[in-house]
Amino acid sequence: MKNNLEQSMSLANPAPANLSLMQKIGTLIGMTGLGIILLAAFNVDFPNKGLWLAISLLSITAGVIMFSYGLYGNTVEGIKNNGVWSKSISSRGLLGWLAGISLTGFYIVLYFYPEYIGLAKDGGSNTGIIALFDPLSRILSGNPASQWFVYGTLYTIAILTFGIKFIWKYRHNRYHQIRTISVMFFQTAFAFLIPEFMARLNSDTFKLPYYDLKNVWPLNHYLFEGYNVKSFINAGNIGLALLIFGILSIFVITPILTYKFGKRWYCSWVCGCGGLAETAGDSFRQLSDKSIFAWKVERWVIHSVLVFIVVATTGIVHSYLGNDTSKYWLTKDTFLIGVAVFLATLFGAIWYFKRHELKKDARYGAIGYLVIILALIALHYTSGEQNIFIWKASKVKSAYGFLIGSIFSGVVGTGFYPILGNRVWCRMGCPMAAILGMQQRLFSKFRITTNGGQCISCGNCSTYCEMGIDVRSYAQKGENIVRSSCVGCGVCSAVCPRGVLKLENGAQEGRINPNEILLGNDVNLMDLVNKK
Amino acid sequence: MEHIVIIGNGISGVTTARHIRKLSDKKITIVSAETDYFFSRTALMYVYMGHMKFEHTQPYENWFWKKNRINLKNGYVTAVDTDNKELKFADNSTMSYDKLVIATGSKPNKFGWPGQDLDGVMGMYHRQDLENLEKCTPGTKRAVIVGGGLIGIELAEMLSSRNIPVTFLVRESSFWNGVLPAGESDMINRHIREHHIDLRLSTNLKEIQADENGRAKAVVIEETGEVIECQIVGLTAGVSPNIDFLKDSKIEINRGVLVNRHLETNIHDVYAIGDCAQQHEAIGLRRPIEAVWYTGRMMGETLAQTICGNKTEYKPGHWFNSAKFLDIEYQTYGWVFSKPMEYEKQFYWEHEDGKKCIRISYHKDTKEFLGINNFGIRMRHEIFDKWLTEKRDIDYVINHLKEANFDPEFFKQHEAEILQHYNSQLVTNA
Ligand SMILES: Cc1cc2nc3c(=O)[nH]c(=O)nc-3n(C[C@H](O)[C@H](O)[C@H](O)COP(=O)(O)OP(=O)(O)OC[C@H]3O[C@@H](n4cnc5c(N)ncnc54)[C@H](O)[C@@H]3O)c2cc1C
Ligand code: SF4
Ligand code: SF4
Repeated sequence: MKNNLEQSMSLANPAPANLSLMQKIGTLIGMTGLGIILLAAFNVDFPNKGLWLAISLLSITAGVIMFSYGLYGNTVEGIKNNGVWSKSISSRGLLGWLAGISLTGFYIVLYFYPEYIGLAKDGGSNTGIIALFDPLSRILSGNPASQWFVYGTLYTIAILTFGIKFIWKYRHNRYHQIRTISVMFFQTAFAFLIPEFMARLNSDTFKLPYYDLKNVWPLNHYLFEGYNVKSFINAGNIGLALLIFGILSIFVITPILTYKFGKRWYCSWVCGCGGLAETAGDSFRQLSDKSIFAWKVERWVIHSVLVFIVVATTGIVHSYLGNDTSKYWLTKDTFLIGVAVFLATLFGAIWYFKRHELKKDARYGAIGYLVIILALIALHYTSGEQNIFIWKASKVKSAYGFLIGSIFSGVVGTGFYPILGNRVWCRMGCPMAAILGMQQRLFSKFRITTNGGQCISCGNCSTYCEMGIDVRSYAQKGENIVRSSCVGCGVCSAVCPRGVLKLENGAQEGRINPNEILLGNDVNLMDLVNKK
Repeated sequence: MEHIVIIGNGISGVTTARHIRKLSDKKITIVSAETDYFFSRTALMYVYMGHMKFEHTQPYENWFWKKNRINLKNGYVTAVDTDNKELKFADNSTMSYDKLVIATGSKPNKFGWPGQDLDGVMGMYHRQDLENLEKCTPGTKRAVIVGGGLIGIELAEMLSSRNIPVTFLVRESSFWNGVLPAGESDMINRHIREHHIDLRLSTNLKEIQADENGRAKAVVIEETGEVIECQIVGLTAGVSPNIDFLKDSKIEINRGVLVNRHLETNIHDVYAIGDCAQQHEAIGLRRPIEAVWYTGRMMGETLAQTICGNKTEYKPGHWFNSAKFLDIEYQTYGWVFSKPMEYEKQFYWEHEDGKKCIRISYHKDTKEFLGINNFGIRMRHEIFDKWLTEKRDIDYVINHLKEANFDPEFFKQHEAEILQHYNSQLVTNA
């Protein structure tokens, strides 16, 4: 993945004359780093792997940083979108397609054919690229590398280096600087280092499952799978504490933070998928589809994924619970009834408190809710030991892992960055985003405030909204933007040339203002205009 | 069904149409010779700079018009026959109307400079200007821009974004100083130069010279006689109403189409709004012709009411405006004059980085707050609108400035420093 972004970046401008010397040197150095990895892929056996790996990763890092410096270093602080739509890479030109295809290819190899990049086959030792990463893996966790370790390392380097590029690009904007440092930190510490160190604690008698603490269910869709829960429980108090943290994360911590700050606290400050999208994916944010049609598709797809994962997770937990109350208090039936009661209360409460705001959305909500309840009933009657409905539990899991985990979040979500934009997964496929989005829409202080009548309908905000929100359609009417999909990246506000948009957490009153209250006009007239 | 015909698909005409549709079932037709669909003129620069594609400047998707039963006609109106309520088009076809709205906007000024119609010489107003500029760009080694206003500096930024060296001829002794007081104007002078734009103040154009193919090859400076070689000349010395096609009609015109406070012309059932309309008498401190986006929109909202049977006067609220000078954002609320009125006093604060400043204007006797210019700091429209209505005094405004701050979260705040500066000035003035 890193591979292609780097490559494409170096060729960013179709007129090479526009590359500064600094950019050319950066490109050369970065390519050298990649070249080493590529040679490893063709099974060149490096004598001192640790050294070569270090040279390679450092060159990639130095290359991107030099390139970025060449790009922004000598410019006056400000918005840096010149030529975005004339560069081949960022406007779905030939380079964009090439990058997209190679990224997708990389993901396919990673998920389905890791042996091509050298993953050891039963008991042997790693070869190729994965072997190149062995020394680093041994330092961190004590174990040889896997394809996921290679991926994690490159992923982290991508967030770090392109994070620096992003900070450079927005060096006049502290909101962007701080949130970028935040995603860089969470990726490096929580997603990359801590799980590796946790693996170090493991011994023959004690084993923690791999756990990225900030990866919350349902994004972390295997959190409640039988083997995972079992290994948490087997790891004694620490394991149990982690499991409880996982449950609190989704039911307590997440709602509180989302209430206070909107879903951005997660999606553009903490999350790894979001982190990559905001840094390495920044050059592609303008490619998201802004049409109302796309919005419709988005809402159906993302909420279907959510319904699916709720049912699937319930089914998975159901499949490994027992029937005998004397063995364990939580049985299959208590669990199903518990889930049903929880969802009924939740849906009832939303309907009761928010029915005026929701109107048509409430109907869709009801449909989703009905599907889940019917599924639960079906679960009860059709599922026995180890199967969900009529399918084997393991089949359901692998189907989910394949469809959502691999195809959607990896191959399409990241592989198609240069074609569909950097947040397709977050927008269309992430069940976590769906949950946070509902919270944000219904119970949150967050909104994007529109500055009276200052909008000139230029369209910069909509163009650069990675979530495909037509920000302008609200701003030009003087409406605040309160949309479930908004990840609070703040780019709309940054690129607005008239200072119209501000991300804020504030009182509920006036948060949603569906009236055209464009200031500057005759006040009585505005009353008339708003009369329905 | 009554047929409302609107000439011009800019913000004024389109706003009128949208609001008429909200209020009624009348037949609506919008005529324009420029583009099929409404686009945001203010965003033209971003298309050239590659920030957006042209389609991104269109605020509504293409299906919008049909769905709302707003007919779009692409055609150039050459004459209006108000006796027969009929329009004549360039292709000699005609269209009849029951009510006519003239919203034809502006055109760039040309002051009769020798060579002003050569190839490579252009204004920056219509989509066609953008296409022309794009066509002339390859091979351009230098561009000269004549006229230091909002469009001039945008054009300078556009060309610079493509690495074309720009010489910027400004007649005034400091950039846009008819509107901006000295402090702000000088800040922008410095910022223009920081962007390596060759800013020439107090400099006039004498003539544009042609090469053997009739394309501009150089300009001559009035004051010094200097010849500057260039391949593009941008004429951005202001705009004026685009109403030549009305010269032979019975509609009364001056510089613009003359209208009363109900936006009615001298002819029954004919109205004019937006850039092309001229008030018989200026409203408050406003100019009789207001060529800005917001006023076009407001006139459109107002006129829709009148056309739909609820006769409404055009009563704009407190003045506001905004712009962006390269990387420095500017907003203004209320009135701040470049040369203070006799009743006006001003307070000015500039940040040490020389890229942020505010100027607050107030009444010298009552201390009533009259207006603010803010550069590099975003301010809330709502709050200033309220303070102006409530007639707050300057002390109140300075002490509550924080409430009006609209900068993104985590930005450095300067209210304390501003307050301190204000207090220290009071001491020295006392
Ligand atoms: C580059 C640029 C930047 C600007 N930036 C800002 C800004 O930041 N803020 C701001 O407040 N204002 C800005 N303005 C001014 C603002 O764009 C105008 O005030 C506004 O667009 C006027 O709208 P309108 O509807 O009155 O006319 P227009 O937008 O000019 O629309 C009139 C339409 O009528 C068509 N037309 C004219 N005559 C005929 C005819 N005889 N037959 C058929 N069609 C005809 C024209 O081709 C045009 O399409 C800017 C203008 C320009 C050019
Ligand atoms: S609306 Fe603005 S803050 Fe929200 S996702 Fe879009 S660009 Fe980011
Ligand atoms: S909100 Fe800002 S960026 Fe968006 S259309 Fe309005 S002026 Fe342009």
